[in-house]
Amino acid sequence: MAILPPSEGWFHQKVAKDEKIWMVLAFLMSLFLFFWMIIWHVYAKQNPSFVTYKTTPEEFYALTEAFVNKYKVGEENGIPVVKPPPGSDVFLLAQQFRWYPALVLKKGEEYRLHISSLDVLHGFSLQPVNMNFMVYPKYDYVLTFKPTSAGEYAIVCNEFCGIGHHMMIGKIVVEE
Amino acid sequence: MAVAVEGGEKWFRTCDVTGFKVDVRAEKIAKVNAVMAVVSFLIAVIAALLLVFTRWQLFHILPVDWYYRVLTLHGLDALVFWIIFFELAALTFASTAFLNTRMSSPAAGWLGTLLAIVGWLLVNYTILAGQADVLMTSYAPLKAHPLFYLGMILFAVGALVIVTTFFANLMIWRRENPGQSLPLFVYGLMAAAIIAVITIVSGAIIYIPTFLWSLGIIKDIDPAVYKLVWWGLGHPSQQINVAAHVSVWYLLAFLTVGGTSINEKVSRFAFVLYIVAINVASAHHLLVDPAVSPVWKVWNTSYVMYLAVFASMIHAFAVPSAIEVAQRRKGFTKGLFEWLKAAPWGNPGFSGLMLSLIIFGFIGGITGVVNGMEQTNIIVHNTISVTGHFKGAVVGGTALAFMSVTYYLIPLLFRKKIAFYGVAKYVPWLFGIGIAILGVSMYILGAFGVPRRHWDITFSGGPFTYTFNPVTDFFWALFGLGGALAVIGALIWILQVVVSVFFGQPFNGPKDLQIPIAEPPPPAKGEHEGFAAPGTFVLVLLFMVTFIIFVALNYGWLSAMWEVK
Repeated sequence: MAILPPSEGWFHQKVAKDEKIWMVLAFLMSLFLFFWMIIWHVYAKQNPSFVTYKTTPEEFYALTEAFVNKYKVGEENGIPVVKPPPGSDVFLLAQQFRWYPALVLKKGEEYRLHISSLDVLHGFSLQPVNMNFMVYPKYDYVLTFKPTSAGEYAIVCNEFCGIGHHMMIGKIVVEE
Repeated sequence: MAVAVEGGEKWFRTCDVTGFKVDVRAEKIAKVNAVMAVVSFLIAVIAALLLVFTRWQLFHILPVDWYYRVLTLHGLDALVFWIIFFELAALTFASTAFLNTRMSSPAAGWLGTLLAIVGWLLVNYTILAGQADVLMTSYAPLKAHPLFYLGMILFAVGALVIVTTFFANLMIWRRENPGQSLPLFVYGLMAAAIIAVITIVSGAIIYIPTFLWSLGIIKDIDPAVYKLVWWGLGHPSQQINVAAHVSVWYLLAFLTVGGTSINEKVSRFAFVLYIVAINVASAHHLLVDPAVSPVWKVWNTSYVMYLAVFASMIHAFAVPSAIEVAQRRKGFTKGLFEWLKAAPWGNPGFSGLMLSLIIFGFIGGITGVVNGMEQTNIIVHNTISVTGHFKGAVVGGTALAFMSVTYYLIPLLFRKKIAFYGVAKYVPWLFGIGIAILGVSMYILGAFGVPRRHWDITFSGGPFTYTFNPVTDFFWALFGLGGALAVIGALIWILQVVVSVFFGQPFNGPKDLQIPIAEPPPPAKGEHEGFAAPGTFVLVLLFMVTFIIFVALNYGWLSAMWEVK
């Protein structure tokens, strides 16, 4: 009885058959979900990366500038457009309220994307693929991406970063 | 064996409905906290209305700065203040009245209440004054006014003081009733209180350096450390709610149909699992963060989280089976579901309980697992799906359960008749269906990539532009509809509570009882073999199938995305 002390012998009462079956099923489900995450790490191709470096805003800014100067191919609405060679290290900088620079990648090739922030937390949200990652200041988060589809993609900031949050949108073009 | 307390009897009144001895001093503290809960809820609901019609771009009523301000206000008043004040009231009342014992320290109770109220005032004031546009999470290095952090600290300390009096009350009861076990309802609240201590301490610990940092005394707050410790508060604090509202489910099952857990040991074991397992499940907010390792992520969101999910699944059987068994003993034995059809659906306590159970399980629970799996989190993280999830879990689950049990608390705690009782039976349906529509449409919008915490999904003023799949227009309309229904339901409930409590007719004993309290069912005939609750068994299997399909769909979808490692 929910509002009174339980009746005599409650601790030794037998568990009903259906409740027992249900608990076994629920427990198996829980175990399955646990092992599934590990199996996915081993066999599947979508896992959040575990490579992270400590950095500083100054250092990351310098690295990004060097990267942009080296591979810049143009400019769009004041944002440099950069086309790095396949397999290279790519730098993407988040800052109130822009993604810097815009990127041109090649379909089916791997890129080591370094993301960090100069100020507060931001959210990296690749649309319309809908892949989402956190961007921190002082941490260089390395995600090895392999774009599997060509086209134009947007990077939306999806962690509140200030009043201009809704203007923070970047661009990735994936070429065949 | 009662321990003599000098002059003790004058603190008590005897409830003429339940026969409980009620410590009047505890009752007053519970009342003040309950009133604060409703005031916070009112603020949260008004804010919710403004937010729904801002996010739905067709109306877009708030300007950008006020959108984030009102969002901060809504988050804190809805997720923190309304619920925790309500729980403080419940803890104080339950640990005295339901145990027929006295309040250990009314002075400490009042001190805690006062601190919590001062904290509440500071936080609400700084937000409305535009000094704390940092949202509920207030992730450093985004900075608010020092008084904002101070307010959070005072609130946390106040809550902690009241939780301490709860444990002291239990100790008095233990000393006066050696060898007895706690009633299940109080046992569940005890689980909530234990989780609350761990949670609130974690919260206070991160707000203190952040407060000093906002004053300029500490130079630097590491954003990863902040976020890690903050989520020690953020997600487990919702587990206080889960433990509390599951306790309320058991209470409502008893009050509405006389249902009692078919096996107390199992129900209690599930509460213990909450305490052991849930606190680390907060890892689910750090799954796509750079700072923590995959081993940490997998451990915390698998073993630990799934033990809590397992616990919830145990309750998912235990609560409806309690109802089923009671109904069957009353003679509703035809087929699998006569017990359900013949249940008192016109009693808001019962309809609220069932809706809360269904919405929490199917919307909050299932989506929560997908949010909490390391890989599928990539799809969900920081999209509006996350908020859709807690519309199901916290609003449909906790808030609805609390609202429904209030119909019993108004006569029993406040000694007032419920104003316009005739409309009460519609409130759980309006609110529950509204929240269900809102939660589901938000979850789907998030699946299309719509971000949470975002004023303008057309990205006006940005260097590039992006248009979400046009299908989202339909779900935005549903979102508006669901939000409006839920707000109407909530406002009716608030109106009923306020009018009853402050202007209502006094409640003079059982003859004034509007909301029925069920007679316990006749005793079982002999030892039961086989299935105790076949109807419930079918329902939980249906739940599990839905659960598996949803997880499978998400992984299928994930496997089609860009490769990332």
